[in-house]
Amino acid sequence: MFHAKNYVLAQNLEEAWQLNQKKTNKILGGMAWMKMGKQNYQTVIDLSALHLDQIEENEDAFSIGCMVSLHDLETNQQLNEYFQGALKECVRHIVGVQFRNCATVGGSIYGRFGFSDVLTCFMALDAKVELYKGGIVSISDFASMPYDNDILVRIILPKKGKRISYQSMRNTATDFPVLAVALSFDEQEGWLISVGARPGKAVVLCWQEGTSSELSEVQIDNMTAYVLENISFGSNMRAKKEYRQHLCKVLIKRAVKEILK
Amino acid sequence: MKFVNTPVRKKDAMALVTGKPVYTDDLAPADCLIVKVLRSPHAHAWIKEINTDIAKKIPGIECIFTWKDVPKKRFTMAGQTYPEPSPYDRLILDQRVRYVGDPVAIVAGENDACVDRALKMIKVTYEVLEPVLDFHTAKDNPILVHPEEDWHALCDVGADNKRNLCACGKDEQGDVDAILNECDYVIDQTYHTKANQQAMMETFRAFSYKDVYGRLNMVASTQITFHIRRILSHALDIPKSKIRVVKPRIGGGFGAKQTSLAEVYPAFVTWKTGKPAKMIFTREESQIASTPRHEMEVHVRLGADKSGRIRAIDVHTLSNTGAYGEHGPTTVGLSGHKSIPLYSRVDAFRFTYDVVYTNVMSAGAYRGYGATQGIFAVESAVNELAAKLGIDPVKIREMNMTKEGDLMPAYYGETANSCHLEGCLSQAKKLFGWDDKFPVKDMGNGKMRGVGMALAMQGSSISNVDTASVSIKVNDDGFYSLMIGASDMGTGCDTILAQMVADCMECDLDNIAVYGVDTDVSPYDSGSYASSTTYLTGMAVVKTCESLRKRIMKEGAKLLKCDPEQVDFDGKKVYCLSDPSVFVSLKDLANEAMCANDNALFATESHYSPVSPPPFMVGMAEVEVDMETGKVELIDYVAVVDCGTVVNPNLARVQTEGGLVQGIGMTLYEDVVYSKNGKDYSNSFMQYKLPTRMDIGKIRVEFDSSYEPTGPFGAKSIGEIVINTPAPAIADAIYHATGKRFRSLPITPERIIMEDGK
Amino acid sequence: MTIKFWLNGKQIEDIIPDDILLLDYVRTKGCYSVKRGCETANCGLCTVLVEGKPVLSCSTLAARVNGKHVTTLEGLQKEAEEFGAFLADQGAEQCGFCNPGFIMNVLAMMKELNDPTEEEIREYLAGNLCRCSGFVGQERAIQAYLAKKKEEVSE
Repeated sequence: MFHAKNYVLAQNLEEAWQLNQKKTNKILGGMAWMKMGKQNYQTVIDLSALHLDQIEENEDAFSIGCMVSLHDLETNQQLNEYFQGALKECVRHIVGVQFRNCATVGGSIYGRFGFSDVLTCFMALDAKVELYKGGIVSISDFASMPYDNDILVRIILPKKGKRISYQSMRNTATDFPVLAVALSFDEQEGWLISVGARPGKAVVLCWQEGTSSELSEVQIDNMTAYVLENISFGSNMRAKKEYRQHLCKVLIKRAVKEILK
Repeated sequence: MKFVNTPVRKKDAMALVTGKPVYTDDLAPADCLIVKVLRSPHAHAWIKEINTDIAKKIPGIECIFTWKDVPKKRFTMAGQTYPEPSPYDRLILDQRVRYVGDPVAIVAGENDACVDRALKMIKVTYEVLEPVLDFHTAKDNPILVHPEEDWHALCDVGADNKRNLCACGKDEQGDVDAILNECDYVIDQTYHTKANQQAMMETFRAFSYKDVYGRLNMVASTQITFHIRRILSHALDIPKSKIRVVKPRIGGGFGAKQTSLAEVYPAFVTWKTGKPAKMIFTREESQIASTPRHEMEVHVRLGADKSGRIRAIDVHTLSNTGAYGEHGPTTVGLSGHKSIPLYSRVDAFRFTYDVVYTNVMSAGAYRGYGATQGIFAVESAVNELAAKLGIDPVKIREMNMTKEGDLMPAYYGETANSCHLEGCLSQAKKLFGWDDKFPVKDMGNGKMRGVGMALAMQGSSISNVDTASVSIKVNDDGFYSLMIGASDMGTGCDTILAQMVADCMECDLDNIAVYGVDTDVSPYDSGSYASSTTYLTGMAVVKTCESLRKRIMKEGAKLLKCDPEQVDFDGKKVYCLSDPSVFVSLKDLANEAMCANDNALFATESHYSPVSPPPFMVGMAEVEVDMETGKVELIDYVAVVDCGTVVNPNLARVQTEGGLVQGIGMTLYEDVVYSKNGKDYSNSFMQYKLPTRMDIGKIRVEFDSSYEPTGPFGAKSIGEIVINTPAPAIADAIYHATGKRFRSLPITPERIIMEDGK
Repeated sequence: MTIKFWLNGKQIEDIIPDDILLLDYVRTKGCYSVKRGCETANCGLCTVLVEGKPVLSCSTLAARVNGKHVTTLEGLQKEAEEFGAFLADQGAEQCGFCNPGFIMNVLAMMKELNDPTEEEIREYLAGNLCRCSGFVGQERAIQAYLAKKKEEVSE
């Protein structure tokens, strides 16, 4: 567990941002990851009072506040109806309900963890990240940005009519994924293939052949070959690189088939 | 009303389910010093210098101890009967550290924060030494884990610290090599099981204080309350008369708490400072500095004739005891003695073993205690033989397995006086639907369903060693106090033993108050391990009740003014045989006995057993393998157990289910992984994956009870055997599904896809 | 810092260290049912309800429950006895150490899920580890409890 001298419940984003400019201060997410650290902080900053625990829908997008819990993501009807249950599928394996009531979307995305199911899924949905000072950036840009002192305020999921499938392989039901694949399709952007737990953080590729109602076996093979060529894989305690490469092919195929259904 | 063989609730159940404060940390005084240890970052090193001056100055720090401050007499932390077979190879703190996590200094202070700060401020200069990390190369390695001259073994277990040998030995009958030469088929394979963590939900913990008499009082989450007293006496070099140990409720043990892990550190602090002190292991400490299952490599040569009759079994086990020898010399024995006798009709057998020291955490006792490892090997070899011969694995067992009345030469020459293995097998086969499912079914969706099976046995107590004692007294109004020295670790022995008392004394369960365990008060019991409590302490209950009944009848006869031979006791009253209308109630008798009485209504008896009757069981597994990902889903697991008379069907069933799930974890998920420098990566529940309720599929348990003549009410043991079948059964089910053989554990999806499984 | 909140229905105002975890804090208030089984948020032993939702008290700062309602098993003794009796009738409580967190989550599940399937039950409770029982007896207890609850409703 970390130590902190002060806890501050921020009254507005500006106050939170000001506090966060100090290196020894830190914004709290759901704490599921952060509490495993042993750091000494001066001040931990809580965004709980800023009404950022809301999922809002308008014509163009869903907006998900950074303090929305993973369990909220899992049970939100509109989101899951729109995205064919993919959000539920991507979080339901994560440890347990109590954990998902703690862990926040903001924490998951800000952490840019290699194992993150949420990051993998959001990447295939072409999500945008709203930063307090940095404005709106694409999630894949955000994923490669260095950790800075800005505040992740919300995630925006554009409503582009994407078909999506989320696939993951885990050694036990509630473990981190050995590999996670999120695949989406819409007429304008074609296929987005996001691969997480490589074990590095998720990366996303575009692929323009075929449609969601038609993709031949050869085209699927081409797609997986393209992904394997352009995404690097590694080894850790959960699996070696070669097995992840193998899994990647399997999971992409399964995702395509689910979308083609 | 009879209580034995009924599913009564555990006596402590409602306190547990309502969350009452009954565990060690709930009971610790608020002013306990917090005790933690600094742990070695090196697998093998010599402490050249250690400076605690700055750390000691941190406000709130009470004391810091290093190797310089502790007694220089070696001891073992193994909870075993004295003289322990485990070598005396430990000091509380040593100048040589032998694994990553070995204690270097003890820090005690007012709170966690100051102790944590002090741990960081201790300056240690290590001379880093090359470690022995590969247990294949440990024996006769020039690098010695225990080069010290004062290392010594109390028992002749074949130990030699100058060869990194914790034990070695041999047992044989007949000419194995000659018979194997004659065999038409020989399976010659090596099977490897790794360390596994017991992972009880309550980590290791203990607190201590000095009482009004200046004695050291220890409250510990332990299975071995009496052995802790001796271990503390040896470690602290103080008389046993100065020590009292009490066991509260325990949050699980599974053998982990058959070794003293936390106790010596707070005890030493309290002894030195006079202040109460407690130590609570973190989960990380419980993962990296504990007492997991011995890693074993078991080489099996199994010979059979054309018909499938098994004629010879040759087993050689290499066991890795790690940095210290706790349970090293004894666990290894079970890998042969509790696997080979499943086939006692062989013409010859041989069992040889080496147990080696290495620079990883010390192994210890974990449910199954070596039998699990040996049975994985021998049962896998039998399954391989069946496949080679094209015989159904059930059939090959029917032809070869031990049956009731068989002499078991490889089981210390004991006879299987109670053995329903045949019944278990036929019942399991029917319940499982073996004939319909064997060997494999293509599900048509890229998934294959395969089935596999295994037999298992264990023992019931350590013959001619384990000792159990029970005391029962009659109180006012005729209620009984049952005092036991066996530690209920959640499995329910307090209740099971009370069930036996209720039947022996012909009374209601509520008429019995159970008290255990307090070394000052309870009668001696070696402890709750080696599958001994129901069988051995149960028999002590039966004997004690017999004695107590005699005393009650003597008292009744006195009150009725007749000859003790002329009365009987029916649980409620003592009455004259010649005229049952002349009687005295137990209530009146008990109250009378508290006035001008010289016949104590109290009995105590001890018991040991010259034999260790094995329980037997059959396990059958059905798995579905995703042939693309290698993911194994358990579809069905059927177990039929012969534990003799089932004293409490609920508790026996839950024991079985719990043991099976631990076995499933060991087979498919759980893995202790070390870095190349000997650091344990499996240091949390995030990295060491226990099965969750989503990972286990359907589990069905039934019993086929034999009657064990030497056990209480015909009972044998159940605690350990239940972990032994999943590994060989599931491995063979995976073989039938995939065509791949896995001879080491765990069998992960990655291995199923990437290995050739030849 | 000062917090004011409700613990098992009772309002408490207290000065606490800013970084104390809810788990450690409620134990200082006598809620000993709340246990720690790991440091990595994996075991579920420390489950409590905050505003009726099951959370891990090992991953929650006490500071964060300011103004909120916190419930531990000490505050749900009647419910614990009622459901616990079903566990006890299976012998599935075993060592008991995981029971409080498990029962808290079962009670939360009863509120959140209507007539859950076996699969939904397993999924909801997947974050509650138990090393003794092998889970099977716990599930028998839940099924019996649900059956009784249904009976009560239909009566």
